[in-house]
Amino acid sequence: MSILSIKEVSKRYGQFQALDNVNLEIQRGSIFGLLGPNGAGKTTLIRIINKIIAPDEGNVFYEGQPLSSRFISQMGYLPEERGLYKKMKAGEQALYLARLKGLSNDGALKELKFWFTRFQIQDWWNRKVEELSKGMQQKLQFIVTVVHKPRLLILDEPFSGFDPINTDLIKKEILRLKSEGTTIVLSTHDMGSVEELCDNIALINQAKVVLQGAVHEIRSGYSKNLFEVSVQRELETQELSTMNKDSFELINITHQNGHYIYTFALGAAHSPNQLLQRIMPYTEILEFREKLPSMHDIFVSAVKQQSLNTIIP
Amino acid sequence: MKNTWIIIQREYLTRVRKKSFIIMTIVGPILLAGLWILPIYISSLGQGKKVVQVLDESGLFIDKFISTENVYFIPVLLRLEEAKQAFLASNDDALLYIPRTELNFPVTAVLFSRSQPGVDLKASVRDIMRRQAEALKLKAKGIDPEVLNTIKTRILIHAIKLSKDGTEEKTSIEISTALGLLGGFFIYFLIFMFGAQVMRGVIEEKTSRIVEVIITSVKPFQLMAGKIIGVGLVGLTQFLIWVVFTGVLILGFQATQPQENSLSKNPPITTQKVLTPQQMQLISEAEQDQDKSIIQEAFEGIRQVNFPLVLSAFAFFFLGGYLLYAALYAAIGSAVESETDTQQFMLPVTIPLILSFIIATYVINDPNSSTAIWFSIIPLTSPVVMMVRIPFGVPWWHLALSMIFLVVGFVFTTWLASRIYRTGILMYGKKVSWSELIRWFRYQL
Repeated sequence: MSILSIKEVSKRYGQFQALDNVNLEIQRGSIFGLLGPNGAGKTTLIRIINKIIAPDEGNVFYEGQPLSSRFISQMGYLPEERGLYKKMKAGEQALYLARLKGLSNDGALKELKFWFTRFQIQDWWNRKVEELSKGMQQKLQFIVTVVHKPRLLILDEPFSGFDPINTDLIKKEILRLKSEGTTIVLSTHDMGSVEELCDNIALINQAKVVLQGAVHEIRSGYSKNLFEVSVQRELETQELSTMNKDSFELINITHQNGHYIYTFALGAAHSPNQLLQRIMPYTEILEFREKLPSMHDIFVSAVKQQSLNTIIP
Repeated sequence: MKNTWIIIQREYLTRVRKKSFIIMTIVGPILLAGLWILPIYISSLGQGKKVVQVLDESGLFIDKFISTENVYFIPVLLRLEEAKQAFLASNDDALLYIPRTELNFPVTAVLFSRSQPGVDLKASVRDIMRRQAEALKLKAKGIDPEVLNTIKTRILIHAIKLSKDGTEEKTSIEISTALGLLGGFFIYFLIFMFGAQVMRGVIEEKTSRIVEVIITSVKPFQLMAGKIIGVGLVGLTQFLIWVVFTGVLILGFQATQPQENSLSKNPPITTQKVLTPQQMQLISEAEQDQDKSIIQEAFEGIRQVNFPLVLSAFAFFFLGGYLLYAALYAAIGSAVESETDTQQFMLPVTIPLILSFIIATYVINDPNSSTAIWFSIIPLTSPVVMMVRIPFGVPWWHLALSMIFLVVGFVFTTWLASRIYRTGILMYGKKVSWSELIRWFRYQL
């Protein structure tokens, strides 16, 4: 069931086409990766979802109903370019932003106390924001995004400015929120975190959606049927040539920590088990796995492909 | 609505709690009251004592240099060169040399001093010499100086405003002028000050990017309106505190001062030579009469001022003018990324404000000229110009028209500004031109 349906949305700024006939479905309770190079139109799409701007054409539905302002309080948005009032005290500022989200004074205080303690910044309640470290400011920013328990959370580059420890902290929080039923839209360039967190993705390039679907399906869709076998000893030329004959094409050999890793491409007629059976007589197999293309590679190749298409239509 | 109220609260509270606000609120009335009290206080204090040596070779003037509280005259009976040496050896402030002339009464004198003599000292020496020279000349022509004194006349004109229904109202042009200029100037100054505060606030929100966070909770118009109203309330608060505090200071000062002290100067005290009682009385009476009537007139004039009208008009025209300009300042703030980029947009907003202040100086001369009337009705200039006119008396329909236009004016500028603002606050990395602003204005968001 979709929490958010984006149907045939287009947006122009003067001569500039920011979004061109974009269609997206975001499943309730999932983590949705919104990917794309800089200037592709992600921010415009997010602003349309937030009702900061309206689309020229197309519609957005929230829980099956046309998007209206009353749903906005059910959303939380962490913008990529974010900031806080530098001269304002951390607690006071969080309270102010929480009240703007519709929380009562007491309700906001209770929630904020919880989050400040959880992120271990309770001692900084009465300090001015400019006195906080960048990491602490980011934590505060995350808190004010989620304090009103949004059902749809839009995070634009949530990990930028965090050290690895705090990145893990935020990742854990994202997964916890997901387990509580929150839908999360994650816009990021960090492909590692996309592979780690996202259920579905959409890749936007030059105002268009060029790729979308479940992460594992996309990765297997781009799969070239490559398998890595890690073995104890180096295979002899003769042994390899018999395998080649059976159309297990050797792609790559690397030597690592005393092991040998062979990458084979499987022909359409063969299964991975057949490859294993072939190697087993020669040597001890330590590891065997399918080598899927990384989201990074998919991203780069999809964007390049589309750019080529635009140059040579 | 609720969100606008939360924003107003924040804008108001963060500013009112600032040190600079508290300092301005306290220092402002002290400065204002100081403008009032200081001249009176200084005149009652007197300046530092000056000692002047007088070498009068003619012998005609020496009697007239009578020491006062402020200037102490010492006759010197030496030749000039010796007198100069003696003066340099002394600690005295100046040496006055009046050379002997054979034919006429001397009209020149030399004032020697180590540093530049003060204007006051020079003026008082010249006054004494002029009076004596005139007296001597009159005597030579056979006219009694007493006769001349009785001829000298001071004309007092009382301006009385005659209404159609026959009621008479005493007016003081001087007081109206002072009050009008003061009111106009304050509105001009406050609009600039608080308008700039709005602009800086918008720039701060834009450059710190907090606007990106807030804009998902509130509409751009609410954010802009909240800021403008919040800052306006800060201005109103400051104004009210100033009025009350200044009033208290002035009343308090008047209560502690003996009444005649603020009305007349101390009579001159003679130390070296006592004048005949008759002369003494003449001089002091003449001086007192002059001083008294000016200050009394001033007090009477101030009593005639319709303070409730002036103060409530001030509050209205400050608020109206502020709202009108603050919206424009907010739009400018939204279009730029730092205060240094504001110049090109500031000028068209600043010009009407400066123009209104220039017009104000003409309005003083003729508060009912058509220039005055027109500019006191046009919204961009009316806050300052109407404020200048009000102490002179304004027909009620001029006032009503001006107020209505001002309200229409600020509704219009707010609408105009909000259309630029909503696009501007989310626009980065662009050097914005006028045509760009017009494009934003036309955007369908």
